[in-house]
Amino acid sequence: MIDVTNLTIKKTSDLLQKREIKALELTQAFLERAKKLNGKLNAFITICEEEALKQAKKVDELIANNQKLGPLAGIPIAFKDLFSTEGIRTTAGSKILANYVPVYNATVVKKLLDSNVICIGKTNLDAWGHGSSGENSDFGPTKNPYDLERVPGGSSSGSGAAVAASQCLAATGTDTGSSVRLPAAFCNLVGLKPTYGLASRSGIVAMASSLDSIGHLTKTVYDNALVLNVTIGKDFFDSTTTENRIADYSKNISRGVKNLKIGLPKEYFAGLDQSIREKTLAAVKTLEKLGATIEDISLPHTKYGVATYYIIQPSEVSSNLARYDAVRFGFGREKFGEEAKRRIILGTFTLSSGYYDAYYLKAMKVRRLIKEDFEKAFSKVDVLISPTSPTLPFKIGEKSDNPLQMYLSDIFLVTHNLAGVPSLNVPCGFIKELPVGMQIVGPHFSEELLYQVGYAYEQETKFYDNRPNI
Amino acid sequence: MNYEAVIGLEVHIELETDSKMFCRCSTDYFTAKPNTHTCPVCLGLPGALPVANQKAIEYAQRFGLALGCDLFTKSKFDRKNYFYPDLAKGFQISQYELPFSQKGSIEIRIDDKAKKINITRAHLEEDTGKLTHAKVKGKNVTLIDFNRSGVPLLEIVSDPDITSALEAKSYAQKLQQLARYLEVSSADMEKGSMRIEPNVSLRKSGEKALPDYKVELKNINSFKFAEGAINYELERQTKALEKGERLIQETRGWNEKENKTVSQRFKEEAHDYRYFPEPDLPPLSFNTRHLSNIKRNIPEMPDVKLERFKKQYNFASYDAQILTSDKIIADFFEETLKAYKKDDPKRVANWIIGELLRRLRENGKSLKYIDLLPANLAELLYLADTAEITQNIAKEVFAKMLETGKTAQSIIKSMGLTKMSVEDLEVLINKILKENKKAVNDFRKGKEASIGFLIGQVQKEAKGQADANLTRRLLLEKLK
Repeated sequence: MIDVTNLTIKKTSDLLQKREIKALELTQAFLERAKKLNGKLNAFITICEEEALKQAKKVDELIANNQKLGPLAGIPIAFKDLFSTEGIRTTAGSKILANYVPVYNATVVKKLLDSNVICIGKTNLDAWGHGSSGENSDFGPTKNPYDLERVPGGSSSGSGAAVAASQCLAATGTDTGSSVRLPAAFCNLVGLKPTYGLASRSGIVAMASSLDSIGHLTKTVYDNALVLNVTIGKDFFDSTTTENRIADYSKNISRGVKNLKIGLPKEYFAGLDQSIREKTLAAVKTLEKLGATIEDISLPHTKYGVATYYIIQPSEVSSNLARYDAVRFGFGREKFGEEAKRRIILGTFTLSSGYYDAYYLKAMKVRRLIKEDFEKAFSKVDVLISPTSPTLPFKIGEKSDNPLQMYLSDIFLVTHNLAGVPSLNVPCGFIKELPVGMQIVGPHFSEELLYQVGYAYEQETKFYDNRPNI
Repeated sequence: MNYEAVIGLEVHIELETDSKMFCRCSTDYFTAKPNTHTCPVCLGLPGALPVANQKAIEYAQRFGLALGCDLFTKSKFDRKNYFYPDLAKGFQISQYELPFSQKGSIEIRIDDKAKKINITRAHLEEDTGKLTHAKVKGKNVTLIDFNRSGVPLLEIVSDPDITSALEAKSYAQKLQQLARYLEVSSADMEKGSMRIEPNVSLRKSGEKALPDYKVELKNINSFKFAEGAINYELERQTKALEKGERLIQETRGWNEKENKTVSQRFKEEAHDYRYFPEPDLPPLSFNTRHLSNIKRNIPEMPDVKLERFKKQYNFASYDAQILTSDKIIADFFEETLKAYKKDDPKRVANWIIGELLRRLRENGKSLKYIDLLPANLAELLYLADTAEITQNIAKEVFAKMLETGKTAQSIIKSMGLTKMSVEDLEVLINKILKENKKAVNDFRKGKEASIGFLIGQVQKEAKGQADANLTRRLLLEKLK
C-alpha cells in the first residue's frame, strides 16, 4: 500500500482519474495527518474536516459519473488564513478576527473550489502577514518540519509547514515582501510569487495593496504550474488584475535552458554567508551545464530596497488596518499585536502631512528606480538567480526581540515586490540538514519561463525527495 | 470699521447612478430598509476591493464641463484616512491631487445683475453610512445604516468669491439647477442628496489678502438655512472683530431651532487625512475622443436655454426664466407646444405658468412625479380652442386631469361638460329674460351694466357650459 500523502499533485491526480484511489480515502488520510501533526507543527488554525469530507464525496461522485475533471479535482490543499472562505472562520492570524466568518469567498478560493480541490484547512501565519518567521501569529508559532526548534519562515508559515509535512499537497500564500518565498526556502518547497496583478487579491485580507502578490507553495515545480493554471486571470473584483495569463503553464515546462541567459545580480551575493553562496553558485553551475549562459549583472538600487519597502508597506498597512474597529465585525483594536501596532505607527507617521514628501513620495521615487533596475537587467539577460534568504532557517525566538534583524530576513526579496516582477523559489539543497532555496526572477508575466528554468534544475537535483522526518 | 464677507462653498451632490461608486449595490437608499443595500465592498469587509463606477466618472466629467472646468486626460483616486464609525473602511476613497475637473466658473444673477463665481475643483468620492442616535431598550445607542455607504458623491469647491448670504444661496441653487439639467442628481437638500458647507470669514473692506481664519458651517439642509447660517455668522464675526477679538479656524454647526451657529471643532482637533494614492485602483486616463463625446452629449444648459426661449418664442424675461428654471418644465413646455396644433407659445406658457405650476405649487407636488403628458395638455387646449368646452370648463377639467391622471376627453365625456348648443342656449336665454324683467328694463333704459347680471344668470343655470362670448352676443341681439 502506497502512502498517498507522499505523492505529487500530478501523481495523485493520475491515480484519482484512473480510479485507483478515491478522493474520500485520500482526504481522510490527509485529514488524519493534519490533525495528528498539528500539535507538533501548529500549521493549521482551523482544520475543515466536515467541509473536506463533503467535497471529497462530491468529487468521487463526479468521477463515478465520468465527469471530465481538471487536474486539481480531489487534491487536498490548504488556504492561508488571510483568504476569505465563505462560512469558514478567517482570522488573518489575529485575535481581532478570531470570530470572523466571511460571507464570501476570495476569488482565488472560488477558482480553486470550482476546480474541485479539497480544503483541508486554514493555515497559520504571522498576524496580518506581518513577519518573516510565523512567530507573530496570535495563535502561536508554527514549527519547521525539518527542525522543530526552528521557524518555517513567514508569513505563510503554516502553508510552508503543512505542505512540507504532507498535511496537504499545496497551500496558498500571499507574498508582500517575502511571505511565500521565505517559507518555501525554509521548508524545501517550490513557492511562487507571481507578477503583481496576475492573481486576484479580492477577498484576501490586505496587507499592503500595491505589493501583495497571491501565490502558492507545492513540493514540485510541475505541481506549482498546475495550481497557477487555476488561480490566475483578470478578475472583475480586482481592478489591478490584467489578462496576461497563458492557458497552460505546464505545457512547455520541460523546454530546458539551452542558450538561456542567466544573470547573477552581484548585490545579492556581496557579504553573503559562505555556505549559502556556495549552494546557490553550485545550482547556477548545474544550469550552466544544462546549456544556460551565466552573466554578472548589477541592480544598483538594491541597497535601498528594505528602506523603501519599510516606508511603502507600513503606509499602506496603516490604512488597510483602519477598518478593524469592531463596529461591523471582529474584536477591538486593543487586540492588535506589537508588530501590527509598530507598522500602524510607522505608516501613520510616514503619511503624515509634512512628512509625506520626505518619506512616502521619496520611497515611491526610489521604487521607480528599483523597477528600472530590473527593466535594464532584463534587456540583457532572461532571468536572474539569487539566494532567497541570507540565512538558514533560524531558531524560534532568535530574532523575535529585534524587529530590524527580522526585517533584514527579507533583504533579497522585497525588491521584487517593489518592482512587481515574478520570483520562484526552488530548493537548491541542504546545509546541516536544513533546506536552502534560491530564487529565479524574470520580467513581468514571465512565469512560464521561471517554471522552465526551475523544472530543468529540479529534474537534475530532485531535492523534493528529501522529506522531513516527522 | 467696515468689513466684507469672504465666502467659499463646498457643495456635495450625490450622483444618481444605478449602482454605488465602487460596488454593484443599488444607490436607491432613501426609503430602503437599513443595511439591505450592502455588500462586502461597501461594508468594508476584509479583502473587499473597490471597482470604479464608469457611469459615475462620466457624470462627474459632465458636471465638470457644465461648470466650465478643464477636464483632465489623467486622473486618479486617493485615500483620505480618518476614523468615524460611519466610514466602513477607515478611509474614504476620494480625489486629492488629480480631480476630474478644475478651474471653472459659473454665473449667478441677483436682481438681474450677473456675477461670476470661480470653481476651484470638482472631484468624485464616496458617501458614508448614516448614523442615527436612538434609545433602544432604554439604552442610548448609535445605529448605523450602510445603505448610503459608497454612493457616488461629487464635491464642488468654489473660490472664496462670494460676498453675501444671498449670493451663496443663489450659487447653491444654480448648482442644483445644473445637476438637474444634467440629469445626474435630483440634488435635493431635504433628502440630503445635496449638502452645503459654507466657509465664512471677514476682512477689512478693500483688503486683498484672505483672512487668516475661516469658519466652516455644517449641518445645513435647506437653502434657507444656508442663508440664515451665513447671515448669523457674518453678524457674529463682525461683532467679535469690532470688540477687537481674534477669530479662529473652527467648524460650527447650524442649530435650526435656535437660529444660530454652535462651535463643533477647532483647528487643533482638525484631521490630518494622510492622503495617498489609492493602490487598489489603477490611475485613470481618458482619450480626447472620450472627452469630446461627453462634451457633445451635454444638454442645452439653463443660461443658453433662457436666451433661446426669449428669442425663439418672443418671451419676456419673467416667462422665460420660469420656464427654463427646471429642465423638466422647459421640456414640458416645448413638447406641449409641439403637440398643440396652433403655433401659440404664449398660450401654452400661460397655461403652464398660470395653471399647471400654480396648481402644483398649491398641492406641493412636482412635475417630475405626476402623470401628466404634454400631449394631454395640448389636447385640452385644442378642445378649448375648437369651442367644444369653455375656458372656465377647461380650467376645471385641467384640475381634474391633475387629480385623476385621466385625459381631457374622458373627463369631459364622463361629466357631460361639453358646450351647450346654440339652440339650447337660445331657449335658456329666453327663459332668463322672462324671469328677470327688471334687469331687462334697466338695460333698455340705458343701464348697460345689467347685462353682466343677465350673463351671470345664464351661466349659473348652464353650469358653466354656456360659451361666454356667444351668450353675450345672443343676449344683446334679443335685448335690442
